[in-house]
Amino acid sequence: MPLTDSTPTATTTAGNPTVQVPEPAVPGRLVHGGFVHGILTNKKALFGLAVLVIFALLALLAPLLAPGNPSDFGPEASLAPSANHLLGTTSKGQDVLALTLWGSRSSLTVGFIVGLAATFIGCLVGIASAYFGKAIDEVLSLLTNIFLLIPGLPLLVVLAAFLPPGPATVVIVLVITGWAGSARVLRSQALSLRSKDFVAAAVVTGEKAWRIMFREILPNMASIVMSTLLGCVIYGIGAQAGLEFLGLGDTGSVSWGTNLYWANNDGALMTGDWWVLLPSGVAIAVVAFALALINYAVDEITNPRLRVEKKG
Amino acid sequence: MVFLLRRLGFYVIAFWACITLNFFLPRLMPGDPVSRMFSQVQSQMRPDQVDALRRLFGLDDRPLWEQYFTYIGKIFRGDMGISLSRFPAPVSEVIGSQIGWTLLLGGTSLAIAVVLGNFLGVLAAWRRGKFLDSVFPPLLIFVGSFPYFWLAMAALYLFGITLGWLPLNHAFSTGLSASFSLKYIGDVAAHLILPALTIVLVSIGGWMLGMRNTMIATTAEDYITMARAKGLRPARIMFQYAARNAMLPSVTSFGMSLGFVVGGALLTETVFAYPGIGYQLLTSVQALDYPLTQGIFLTITAAVLAANFLVDIIYVRLDPRVRVS
Repeated sequence: MPLTDSTPTATTTAGNPTVQVPEPAVPGRLVHGGFVHGILTNKKALFGLAVLVIFALLALLAPLLAPGNPSDFGPEASLAPSANHLLGTTSKGQDVLALTLWGSRSSLTVGFIVGLAATFIGCLVGIASAYFGKAIDEVLSLLTNIFLLIPGLPLLVVLAAFLPPGPATVVIVLVITGWAGSARVLRSQALSLRSKDFVAAAVVTGEKAWRIMFREILPNMASIVMSTLLGCVIYGIGAQAGLEFLGLGDTGSVSWGTNLYWANNDGALMTGDWWVLLPSGVAIAVVAFALALINYAVDEITNPRLRVEKKG
Repeated sequence: MVFLLRRLGFYVIAFWACITLNFFLPRLMPGDPVSRMFSQVQSQMRPDQVDALRRLFGLDDRPLWEQYFTYIGKIFRGDMGISLSRFPAPVSEVIGSQIGWTLLLGGTSLAIAVVLGNFLGVLAAWRRGKFLDSVFPPLLIFVGSFPYFWLAMAALYLFGITLGWLPLNHAFSTGLSASFSLKYIGDVAAHLILPALTIVLVSIGGWMLGMRNTMIATTAEDYITMARAKGLRPARIMFQYAARNAMLPSVTSFGMSLGFVVGGALLTETVFAYPGIGYQLLTSVQALDYPLTQGIFLTITAAVLAANFLVDIIYVRLDPRVRVS
C-alpha cells in the first residue's frame, strides 16, 4: 500500500517537506518518501554517500586487500611511494597503505558508535526535556548546558588521563563529551512539536509518555535527528583521531589517529617522510567532508530557503 | 538584570560541577592513579609535602564530605597543590607563567576567524549563487574537515621545513629575552603565524556558513525590501540593516566556540611545541602530574565560563528583547 501511495506523491511534491500528510495511519511515510527522493536527486548527498560506501567497503575488505598484521615491522623502512608500496613505508617498515586501510576499521567503527550513542542520549535527554517540561526540563537543560560549556578537548584529556586506557574508554569518553550538543538541538525542535495539536491529542487519548515521545514526536523530527547523527559521527571520528594523536587513546590499536601519533612520534615530519602523514589525515578529512556534504544536503532538502533558486 | 543573575548562577553551578568532577575523578578511578604518581616522585619530596598531596587526592582517612569541603576551600584560595613535574613550583605559578601564550594564540586566531568569517558570510549571502557563495563554503568545509593537528603538521611541513619561511616551534627564539623591543615582538609574531593560521583555517568555515544562513533569512525580511524600495545604497542595506540583525546568533556561538578554540589551541600547541597551557596539560598528563592536570582543567573551564558571562553581558546590550522579557 505505502508503495503505490508514495510514488505519485514523491514525484509531485518532491522537495516540498511541508506537504500535508493526508493519511494519518502512516505518519511520516510520505514525507519520508519525499526526503529519500530529495537525497537521491541531490548531487551533494549522492557524492557524500558514494564516498562513505567506498570507505566502508575498503574497511570491510582490509584483510583481503592488505593481508597480515599491518603493524608488523618490515625490512624496507622509509620508502617513498612506489609500485611495491603504493603509499610508501614508515620508518619501521610498515606499509602505509595497509595501515590506512586497517585504520579505517577502528576509526569508522568508533566514529559511528560514538555518533549513534551520542545521538541516542541526545534524543533521550532532548525529547524528555521538552515533553515533561518544568522541573525535569530545568534539570536536564542545566546538565546539557554544563556539558556544552565545559571545553570538550581538555575534559577529554582529563578523563582519558584518569580512566584506564583501552578502546572502551575512548568510546565512553567521546560520548560523555559529545552528547550535549545534540541534546540541545533536539530539545528545541521537540519543544516546538510539543505544542502541536497532534501531541495534545495523543496526551488526551491517554497514550503512554514514552510512546508519545518516540512514536509521535521523534518521527516528526527525523531530519533533525539525521543531521545531528551526521554531526556526531563527524565529531566522533575527529575527536578519536585527536585523542589518539595526543597518545591518550588506545595506542596499541591501528586507527587513523594512532597512525598519525606514531608518524609524529617517529619524526616523520622532520625526516621529510610526508607520505606517512598524508593518507590518514586525508582519509579523516574526506570522510568528514562526505558526512558534512550529506548534512548540508539534508539541510537544503528540509529547509527550502537555503536552496539556490533554479533558473527560470 | 534578572537574566544576567540567572546566567551568573548557571556559571557558578557549572564551575561547581567541574570542581566536583575534579574531586571525585581520582577518588573513584579503578586502579590507583595516585600511587602511580607517587611512586615516581616520592624520593625528592619532603614528608609533609607528600602528606599534603595524599590529602589532595583523597588518600586520607577523613570522611568524604570533610575532604570535599576542604578541597573546595582550597580551590577558592587559589591553592591547587604543587606541580610534580615542575617540582617544587605550585600549580598556580606554572599555569600563570604559561596562560599568556594560550591567550595570545587563541585570542588572535579567534578574532581573525570571527571577523573574516562573518564578513565573508555577509558577502556570500548578499551575492547568492555567485563565486564567493558557490566556491568558498564547500572549500572551507573541506578544509575544516581536516583534523586541527593534521593541518598544523601540514603547515609546519610546508612553510616551516620545506620552504623554511617560518620558525618550527616554540613561541620565541631561544636566547631572546622578553622585552618590548621591536625585535622581540617581531620574533613572537613570526612564531605565532603558523599556529594561528591553522586554527583560523579550520574554524573560519563554520563562521562563514552560520552567518551566510542567518543573512539569507534576514534578507527575506520586509524591512530589507523596504530599505531597497527607499533606494538606500546596497552597502548600507547590507551592513547597517541586514548584517547587524544577522549578527546575534554569531554572538551566541562566539561564547560556545571559546571552548572549541581552547581545544584547538591544545592540539595546535602540541604540534608546534608552543608553550601554552594546552601543551602543558598534555605534558602533565604524560608525566602523571595530576595536580597540574586538574589545575589546568579548572583554569581553562573558569576562563571559558567567565568569557561566556562577558558575552551574555554584551548580548543584553545588543538584543533589547532579552532586557524586556
